[in-house]
This record gives sequence, C-alpha cells and structure tokens, in this order.
Amino acid sequence: MNIIVCVKQVLDPEIPPARFQIDPEAKQVIPPPGVPPVISVYDERAVEAACRLKDAHQGKITVISMGSEQAADVIKHAISMGADDGFVLSDPAFENLDSFGTAHVLSKAIQKIGEYDLVLCGREAADWGAGQVGSILAEMLGIPVVTRASDIQAADETLRVKRVVSDGFEVLEAPMPSLVTVSSEIGLPRLPAGVRLMMVRRKQIPVWNAGDIGAEPSQLDQANAHTEITGLSVPTRKTTECEIITGATPDETGVNLALKLAELI
Amino acid sequence: MDNHKGVWVCGEITEGKLAPVTVELLGVGRKLANELGEDLSALLLGSEAGGLAQEAIAYGADNVYVAEDGLLDQYNSDAYTQVAADLCGQASPAIMLLGHTDIGCDLAPRLNARLGGGLAMDCLALSIDPATKCLVSTRPVFGGNAHATMVSKSARPQMATMRAKTVPPAERDDSRQGQVILVEGKVDPAALKVKVVERIKEEVEGIKLEDAEVVVTGGGGIGSAENWAMVEDLARALGGAVGATRPACDEGWAAVTLQVGQSGKVVSPKLYIAVALSGAMAHISGCLGSKVIVAINKDKEANIFNVAHYGVVADYKEVLPALTAKLKELKSA
Repeated sequence: MNIIVCVKQVLDPEIPPARFQIDPEAKQVIPPPGVPPVISVYDERAVEAACRLKDAHQGKITVISMGSEQAADVIKHAISMGADDGFVLSDPAFENLDSFGTAHVLSKAIQKIGEYDLVLCGREAADWGAGQVGSILAEMLGIPVVTRASDIQAADETLRVKRVVSDGFEVLEAPMPSLVTVSSEIGLPRLPAGVRLMMVRRKQIPVWNAGDIGAEPSQLDQANAHTEITGLSVPTRKTTECEIITGATPDETGVNLALKLAELI
Repeated sequence: MDNHKGVWVCGEITEGKLAPVTVELLGVGRKLANELGEDLSALLLGSEAGGLAQEAIAYGADNVYVAEDGLLDQYNSDAYTQVAADLCGQASPAIMLLGHTDIGCDLAPRLNARLGGGLAMDCLALSIDPATKCLVSTRPVFGGNAHATMVSKSARPQMATMRAKTVPPAERDDSRQGQVILVEGKVDPAALKVKVVERIKEEVEGIKLEDAEVVVTGGGGIGSAENWAMVEDLARALGGAVGATRPACDEGWAAVTLQVGQSGKVVSPKLYIAVALSGAMAHISGCLGSKVIVAINKDKEANIFNVAHYGVVADYKEVLPALTAKLKELKSA
C-alpha cells in the first residue's frame, strides 16, 4: 500500500500566549525566538494513521511538506515515526499561497511521486486552520475525499473510514485511491523510535522547487489568489483583574474558594 | 464576476425542522442581501425540504430552492456536493453561507473546490465592504489567538461557514412572501463514490463536555493518574464535566475526547475551573468563552491567571480536598 502524507510545519501552539506576537502590517505572526516550529498536530495524527496502515499491510509512506527548507525537520520527524521517504516543497513562489495555491503545489508533487493508494492530510492546520486544502487537493487529483477520520482500515482495494461527527461517528467506504483527512480522535501518535531518530539525523531530505514539480506559474500568482488576508489582529481579552482567593491554611483557602463558587453558580 | 448575484444560505434540517444555525444564517444573510440590494435564497435538501420552504421564507428568504430527493435525506458528501455545485453553476450566487457544522465543514471546502470560489471557514462575523461590495469574513486563526479578516477579490462565489450561536436567530415573520423553486434532476447514484455504511450515535456518560454549565479541567501539573481522581471528584461535586489539556491526555489520564483546546473541544460554560494547568495558547483558545474562569496553580506567574477572574495560588493537592468537601457540604445543606 502506497501512502502519501501531507504535513505542515507550524508555530508551536503549546507556547504561552504572551509569546505570541503578530505584525499587523505584514499580516503575519512573528515567530518567537528560541521556539522550534513543530509538525501540525493533526498532520502528526495523519502520519500515525499511515504508520498503522503500514503495520497492517506493509507498503511505503512518503511524506511531503510545503514550506521553508527547515520543513525538513517535520519530514524527519515523520520518518522517525515510521515513514520511508520525504520531500520538502520549497520555493519563494510558494510563500503566502492561499488554499488553492497550496493544493496546487501538493497535487503537482503527488503527481511527480506517481503511484499511490491513499493520500492523507490533517483535518486542518494548527496555525491558519483554513480547513480546506485536503478537499481542494482531492478535487485537483480527481479522487474521492473523506474528512475527519478517527480510524482507517483497508481491505480489498476499499478503505473503511470512521468519520467523526458531533454526536458519534459514521462509517464510510471509499475506493482506492482516495484522500482522507485525519482528526485527533484517531489517538496519540507514536513516539519516534530511537534507532530511526539516529538514522534520520544525517538523512538528506530532497527539496523540490516550482520547476521540479512543474507547478503552473498562474496558480502561484498572488493576483489569482482566491482569498486574501486583509487584516490580522489580536482580540482583546478580558480586562478585569484576577481576584486571588486566600486563607490562613490551604484548607481554609479551599473552603473560601468553595464559598465563592457557591455565589457564582 | 458581475454575473454573480444574490446571497445564498445552504440550509440544514434536523429532526424535521430548520437547524438553529440555519435560522441564524438566514438572519445574517438577510442583512448582507439588504446591503447589496440583492435577493436572499435558501437551499434545502432532502425529502422534507419542501415542507420547510415557507419557514425559510418567514425567516427572511426571498427564494427557496428545494431539492427533494431521498438520496439527500441524510448527509452524503458526494451527493450534496453534486447537487449544490450544479445549482450554483446555474444560479451563480455571489455569496454562499453554510453553518460550521458536521455538514458545513465537509461540504463547504468541496463545493468551493469545485466552483473555484473563495472560502473562509469558522467565521465569527460577516459584513460587506461598502466600497468594493465584497464579503469581509472574520475568522479565528492560530487557535483563536488572532483574528484574520479575509476577502475574495475576484473569486466567486464568496463562501463562508459560520460558527453556531455567534449571531441571534432571524426573526420570524409569517406574512413574508417568497418564491419556492423545485430543483429539477436527481442525484446520480453512480456518481456517489463514497458510501455511508452506518451511522453510530455515541451516548456520553454523564454530562457532555460541550453542554456542561461547569467544567473542571486538569492539566499536566496533576502529575499522576491517581491524582486525576481529585479533578473528577471536584467536577462531580459541582455537577459538572471533566476536561483535560493536551498534555494530560497525552499522559493517558483522560480520554482524548475530553481534551479542551485547539485540537480538542471548545467550551463556554458558566464556570470553568482550571486546575494545575499553565494556560498555553492552544488550551486557552478552547475555554476563553467561559463566563467565569477560576485558576488553581502553584505558579503565580502562570498565564492562566491572566485570563482568570478568580485564582488560588497554591498546590492543588492541598486545596482541592477541602474545596470539594465544602462544596459537597453546601450542596447537601
């Protein structure tokens, strides 16, 4: 089974909000110094889903990531989890692409890789969270799509996918190849294996640019963007001070808090 | 692009009625349509759709497109995309609105991919730019830590999914007049590549996290599975639900389904108690809508105190037993 996983490198969402700063003019987030970017949380689950399928059926997992050349780090992370190969898609023309532009780049890279039975993406990115690249990519590749998977099984050229809905789940059957977007309900991603971590450290991750994948210049032209970000701001948080509840002893503090809560509910 | 006219709402039907989010969207759509001086249309799918057309008109629609087909009774991604894309291809709406729901989150990106429009997901506000007449969509990004405004300058339709309960429902006026248009043509079953085999409803034990009026959330600072019981005890004493941060879920102390935050659930209870959690960006975004936030953390510099209304600076292990006991005592009194 050949699986291609699309992953994105993002600002670590586990930072304290005080370290989150934006440049409203550039409509960009300023990466906090000293905080390494990470693989987007849903994308890591997509790698996990691929690894589970490989455990069950063997095959090959190829990971692609569009971003800066630093995105090699998330490819290496995926390989240390169990992926076989990966490519970074990097080109100045790929910067600030909207969802259609991103899907175009990914579709061209996937076509260059060639054979596949399944394409996996996270359900949305942890940064801009557009939540649509997977669906556009499927449309561009001309394959069916199932969104928000919490489980993927494969048998006889058919994928059996559990899709998360608000009051339970649906079970869907899709042919191969299809594209599936993965949700966090699939469960925890495996930890990178120590041996693979050592092996991957020196691995060179090839970088493909626009010419390498045959991207259409018109699809990368900002003038043809489907959506444009016209403003970025940090919403105002509550303005009231935090009232600290105290007591002579921890027990008394607990009682005082209980009395306060009783007033509130 | 000038051929694209009108504001559309893709409606949802739940238990034989218009879904609450659809009634909200009709209210928003009506305002946008008035500003543009154009019609508001609703699209209703499924064999019950015709019966609800007058209701959609009462809530503000000028036109209701009704696609009555048994294959549309339950959501099927391929079928809905096919019908909506065909209809949009013919009618060329300028704006298409959907709820940010199970259906909207799946349908909107696919429909937009097929139509080549511009889509903003999970919007909190929608307005019309007076100069360009373009739709301006405001949506949370970076887990709600920033808000972005988005515009589609030339791509049409301009699409948006809107989060439920962000705007009041449209006012009902049964004297309103409108047109009901039956959509010709049926779904081609051969075009349905993905089959829905079954739908399973999961019963939640106790109070559902999203519906709870009180949520007690434990973080990585809880330290062990044994101590997690203290969080559960406190939640029980308050008649609330238990939540967990991502680190607490990663440790296996709580089920992944209890995760509050960016990659988990967004909650907005009356009372949110954050125990032994620092208040990372990804977590805060899941609880900021709470009416009152109470933080218990031994680190007085923890970010959670910046968003909390009440705080206790102490080791939770020393405070929770007395707190829980007193709450139980007050409850039984």
